[in-house]
Amino acid sequence: MVKPTEVTRVQELVYELKIGDVMTKRLVTVTPDTSMAEFKEVLRVNRISGTPVVENGRLVGIISLEDLIKALSEGDLEGPVCERMTRDVRTVSAHESVIEAVKVFSQTGVGRLPVVDEQGQLVGIITQGDITHGLLKAIELDYHSDEISRYRASHIFEDIVSDRTSLLLRYKVRARDFTRGGEASSKIKRALIRLGGNPQVVRRVAIATYEAEMNIIIHTDHGGEIVAEIQPEQVRVLAVDHGPGIADVEQAMQPGFSTAPEWIREMGFGAGVGLNNIQKCADEMHLESTLGVGTRLQIVVYLQPRGEGGAGASETS
Amino acid sequence: MKLREIVDALDLQVAAAADDLEREVSGGYASDLLSCVMARAQAGNVWVTLQSHPNIVAVASLLNLAGIVVTEGSPLDPNTIAKANEEHIPILTTPRTTFTVVSQLAALGIRGVD
Repeated sequence: MVKPTEVTRVQELVYELKIGDVMTKRLVTVTPDTSMAEFKEVLRVNRISGTPVVENGRLVGIISLEDLIKALSEGDLEGPVCERMTRDVRTVSAHESVIEAVKVFSQTGVGRLPVVDEQGQLVGIITQGDITHGLLKAIELDYHSDEISRYRASHIFEDIVSDRTSLLLRYKVRARDFTRGGEASSKIKRALIRLGGNPQVVRRVAIATYEAEMNIIIHTDHGGEIVAEIQPEQVRVLAVDHGPGIADVEQAMQPGFSTAPEWIREMGFGAGVGLNNIQKCADEMHLESTLGVGTRLQIVVYLQPRGEGGAGASETS
Repeated sequence: MKLREIVDALDLQVAAAADDLEREVSGGYASDLLSCVMARAQAGNVWVTLQSHPNIVAVASLLNLAGIVVTEGSPLDPNTIAKANEEHIPILTTPRTTFTVVSQLAALGIRGVD
């Protein structure tokens, strides 16, 4: 597929993260009547390069190192901050996306932006450094949660202790729903891969399940259900439907035997190798069917080799 | 050989998953019977077929095939293309027959699974 704009995770985050998430909340402020000499001390002690100017909780200006240098060169440190501060302060809101701050920084070239809440109260300050730091932290969190979910998936059977632990996946399969053909088997395959299954074994489960799924889609009257029971040592796939049932199970197992109508054959199905394929992929296969009642197909694939000569997990297909 | 080189050499039209042509092709398989494909085609294979309905994508995705060549200009269902884009399964089309495509693939050194 053509991907016109590939969005990176950082770009996404710049929109996802709120200014309030990355801003510095520990506020160092001065008041309008603070002297420039006191302001110099505030900068030195806190190792910062500017502060908002606040009067009765309201933001009235911003003053920076640059203003201090001017005062120093004029030899006037006794005057109050309000004489030198910038009064027309550009602010951003805590609930806006970080991208808004990025835009203001690139438009105005200022070094810091006061952050206000919905009532216009000063709640923090944001610098470009805060944004970088916030993004790095978010990316690190992403990475960790990714690691954690991977860990969880592949260790689920070790972490949960019972005499017999199994994971049940159920899928409804509708008759004649060709557009969704293979969905259940794809999902079971994906789950097994996430659980750390051997790709060769997962492939056999996928093929056997696909054939069972397509049989339900092609041949049944009212669809059926696929249930995969995943255990540490095996996967058991049960494909159940309620009719029409198979007249002669032994005959149905023969390679090439098919009752599929022409329109289904035209789609490439119904060549009669389905059950045969399932048998080749499965370590165990049980087929029970009663004409007019339904069919119950059970497929077992071993995930771990079973002793010697087992038809099991290490074979290549 | 990468799928992209095959596309160029055989002058195939890319109908879906145009961004996924960098896969290394491990071999080839040709059949119109999905069960046979399920049974024999190997991961990374390029599959040559006349079939064009959405289930070819399901089969290719389950088997992790490198791509599908749909021959004889067989008209593609829009669902097939949508599903292929979703699953990142390249679909390549050509007016030529399966026999011709397979012989061209063989000339490029693409081998069958047996």
